[in-house]
Amino acid sequence: MLLDPLLDIRPAAREISGSGSVTGSEASLPAILTTPARLTHLQRLEAESIHIMREVAAQFHKPVMLYSVGKDSSVLLHLAMKAFYPSKPPFPLLHVDTTWKFREMIEFRDRMARDLGLDLMVHINRDGVRQGIGPVSHGSAVHTDVMKTQALKQALDAHGFDAAFGGARRDEEKSRAKERIFSFRTSSHRWEPKNQRPELWSLYQGRIHKGESIRVFPLSNWTELDIWQYIHQEAIPVVPLYFAKPRPVVERDGTLIMVDDDRLPLRPGEVPEMAWVRFRTLGCYPLTGAVRSTAATLPEIIREMLLSTGSERQGRVIDQDAAASMEAKKQEGYF
Amino acid sequence: MLTDLDPATAPADAATEVQAYLARQNGKDLLRFITCGSVDDGKSTLIGRLLYDCKCLFEDQLASLEADSGRFGTTGAGRLDLALLVDGLAAEREQGITIDVAYRFFTTDRRKFIVADTPGHEQYTRNMVTGASTADAAVLLVDARKGVLTQTRRHSTIVSLLGVRHVVLAVNKMDAVGWSRETFERIAADYRVFAQRIGIDEVTCIPVSALTGDNVTRPSEHMVWYGGPTLLGHLESVDAAAEEKLGSFRMAVQWVNRPNQDFRGFCGTVAGGALCTGDEVAILPGGRTSRVARIVTMDGDLETALPGQAVTLVLADEVDASRGDMIVAAAGRPEVADQFAAHVVWMDEQPLLPGRSYLLRAGTATVGAQVTELKHAINVNTQEHAAAKHLDLNDVGFCNLALDRPIPFDAYADSRETGSFILIDRLTNATAGCGMIRFPLRRASNIHRHASKLDKAARAGSLQKPCVLWFTGLSGSGKSSVADRLEQELHRLGRRTMILDGDNVRHGLNRDLGFTDEDRVENIRRVAEVSKLMVDAGLIVLVSFISPFREERRMARSLVQDGEFLEIFMDTPLEVCEARDPKGLYKKARAGQLPHFTGIDSAYEPPDAPEITLKGAEQGTDAMVAQVIGELRRREVI
Repeated sequence: MLLDPLLDIRPAAREISGSGSVTGSEASLPAILTTPARLTHLQRLEAESIHIMREVAAQFHKPVMLYSVGKDSSVLLHLAMKAFYPSKPPFPLLHVDTTWKFREMIEFRDRMARDLGLDLMVHINRDGVRQGIGPVSHGSAVHTDVMKTQALKQALDAHGFDAAFGGARRDEEKSRAKERIFSFRTSSHRWEPKNQRPELWSLYQGRIHKGESIRVFPLSNWTELDIWQYIHQEAIPVVPLYFAKPRPVVERDGTLIMVDDDRLPLRPGEVPEMAWVRFRTLGCYPLTGAVRSTAATLPEIIREMLLSTGSERQGRVIDQDAAASMEAKKQEGYF
Repeated sequence: MLTDLDPATAPADAATEVQAYLARQNGKDLLRFITCGSVDDGKSTLIGRLLYDCKCLFEDQLASLEADSGRFGTTGAGRLDLALLVDGLAAEREQGITIDVAYRFFTTDRRKFIVADTPGHEQYTRNMVTGASTADAAVLLVDARKGVLTQTRRHSTIVSLLGVRHVVLAVNKMDAVGWSRETFERIAADYRVFAQRIGIDEVTCIPVSALTGDNVTRPSEHMVWYGGPTLLGHLESVDAAAEEKLGSFRMAVQWVNRPNQDFRGFCGTVAGGALCTGDEVAILPGGRTSRVARIVTMDGDLETALPGQAVTLVLADEVDASRGDMIVAAAGRPEVADQFAAHVVWMDEQPLLPGRSYLLRAGTATVGAQVTELKHAINVNTQEHAAAKHLDLNDVGFCNLALDRPIPFDAYADSRETGSFILIDRLTNATAGCGMIRFPLRRASNIHRHASKLDKAARAGSLQKPCVLWFTGLSGSGKSSVADRLEQELHRLGRRTMILDGDNVRHGLNRDLGFTDEDRVENIRRVAEVSKLMVDAGLIVLVSFISPFREERRMARSLVQDGEFLEIFMDTPLEVCEARDPKGLYKKARAGQLPHFTGIDSAYEPPDAPEITLKGAEQGTDAMVAQVIGELRRREVI
């Protein structure tokens, strides 16, 4: 880690990912780093996450890292590379592909796995595909349940994973704010929010019976600002969709939806317009609202976020249901 | 979000402005604090107030808060119910209580905060303990109209036990007592006396109103008589640097990093002290020493590692270390012992029973452990010490523990990281308790095992393989009859045997024990130890005990070697046993004259995988004896 990362403005991740290269930091570092008198805020968060990842590697037989391709996943992956260096992370990546992700996400995913030399598994719920489940035809609730939650459970069961990393943060949502870092799941993947294991000090307890599993959230104590600041400091590649540029969008019920392919049926009178937009979160493109923006560099994105009056999940159609909807989905096995 | 950025800044200057802002953010330190209080003390409202006043809420969050306030709110029409910001579970919102810890994040100009809103109800004490274990400060709320209550004392006890260093007593709802100085000062004085008694040295008392915001983030106009800091002002200034008293290096080995033949690194997080390359370290509990050759990170090697840093150490010598070991400064070592005294908070529905074997996790080490002596329980409401035979859910006790091998540790007062442990139930895997180590016990260290020249194989000769035949089953299931007949048959075959019968042993060795769960555990422990000695003597030992708990049978099995323990389950239905009732005990138990009777008002846990199952209701005694003899021959015991 750089001593004072902010004196050194690294190339923004946009340029790195845009150039087709996703190598990480190549700045000329001295052979021996001097350590500052005390750890910075980001160094402490980084150390905590690495500690959690190493606990998982040591305590479980078959862990897996859920890789959703978003900015939090990018940070999670970067931390995993650090945690086990000079070894590679001792677990594969799993992407649950709903088949409705932005095309740029899929390209980015494949490039990251290839460049880092990691084992990437992609799971698609084939039953759902056969039934033609999609966000446009079936709505966000059915689509998310079948293509995300059920698909995830299929993949975890099929491979017998006993621990699964996710990138969720406690500052994202109220029920996440209540969840443990090592979060126990029954053999049917259920979360019991009223009966969670006590979790004390930094003693993460992962003992389970066969069939049960633990979801692990190494980024629990990170905030959205920490994530962006760390991406900036470490020059971590992220999907270009986070950076503003002219994109074809239609406005529906106050939400800007990007026309990413020809599967999005246009309503009568709807004509896609080219607008300067970017995304604060990424998911299935028909369910993810863009924001009008000209922020095309990391400092601009961070500035825009700091001045924003809306939370990042505002852009997610899925979260705008009842107050307890996330809790209910999580109990069913959603990440 | 609280920023000092100006939206009107020209884009050209924006990047510089952001850089400067981020540099300030990264330089800020972090304070973790908990809030606790009783129902309706306004704890969640207080956190909501802090977030709201620090402008850490977004417009969409405020909009949904407005909607929720209408649906669930308890503050009256047209008023935001700030508590709904933190009570995140559906059950909490419906019942208006806090069940589990919620973590919220906010930042001021001076500092970053993680606040853990912890439940006040006694039944959720374990969740409060979870929050307190990582907190630097605690804000205890009391209602100005009610003053210091039992709950306040309970929360204070937990806070003190968990070593939270800064305690704030926030006297809330001052608006409801007419901002009365006299009320505040009376409550503050009451509390100070109490706090001192339980060992809380530093207390700051602040009169506040979470509802109106007075003295939360801004000084109160209503309480000009109060000259101290606001709550937020105080939290911004208390010493957050988790300066551990411990100056010497400690790192538990989490994972051994071996990418190839040429690299072997020990991964872990520095739990105390700094470390430089070249420093001499010891690997405990073994005690081998070496020097630090490299401190490896992906960003490059370090010359110094600081507390809290996650590193990978390469040592100068080929020394063996693995997960569970601790690498420490050779010149400043922790205690290494297999017995210590500790405070234990019990967090499981199943009570803690002395003598029962649990798994103990300390750092990265996992060992078998049992409470050998429960010195006293602490009434968390009155702080009185009382004798106790067991600890129930949310009880606190002071105990001696014995481990099945020595581990390195420090006193909890010196280090939270290396002085803490959790206890895990072996069967359910639940985190059943947590503990804070006070001091090591030396009594084990001067007793060494004496190795004798003859071993059990020599004593048994070619006659037999010594082993334990452990009969378990309900009273009246036929254990003693079958064991008795089996011993006669073995004797006829010329084998050397001994029989240990529950009733007989209770007349002698165990006559001080009754029939509570605690005493049953101790009863079995003693019998298991005796049968182990008899196996060492070369005998075939027939043990005939109800032994109702799986855990104790597992413990008995673990005392002898693999293949030396045969569990024989007398699988006779309760109705049959009760109908036989050879000693008239079921009749007494049904009449309520015999409490804790297995099968009636005390549980029997049948074996999961016994070596032999005998169907007591279907087979005759001779058939059962023949079945066991056959199995002994098959296993080459005889």
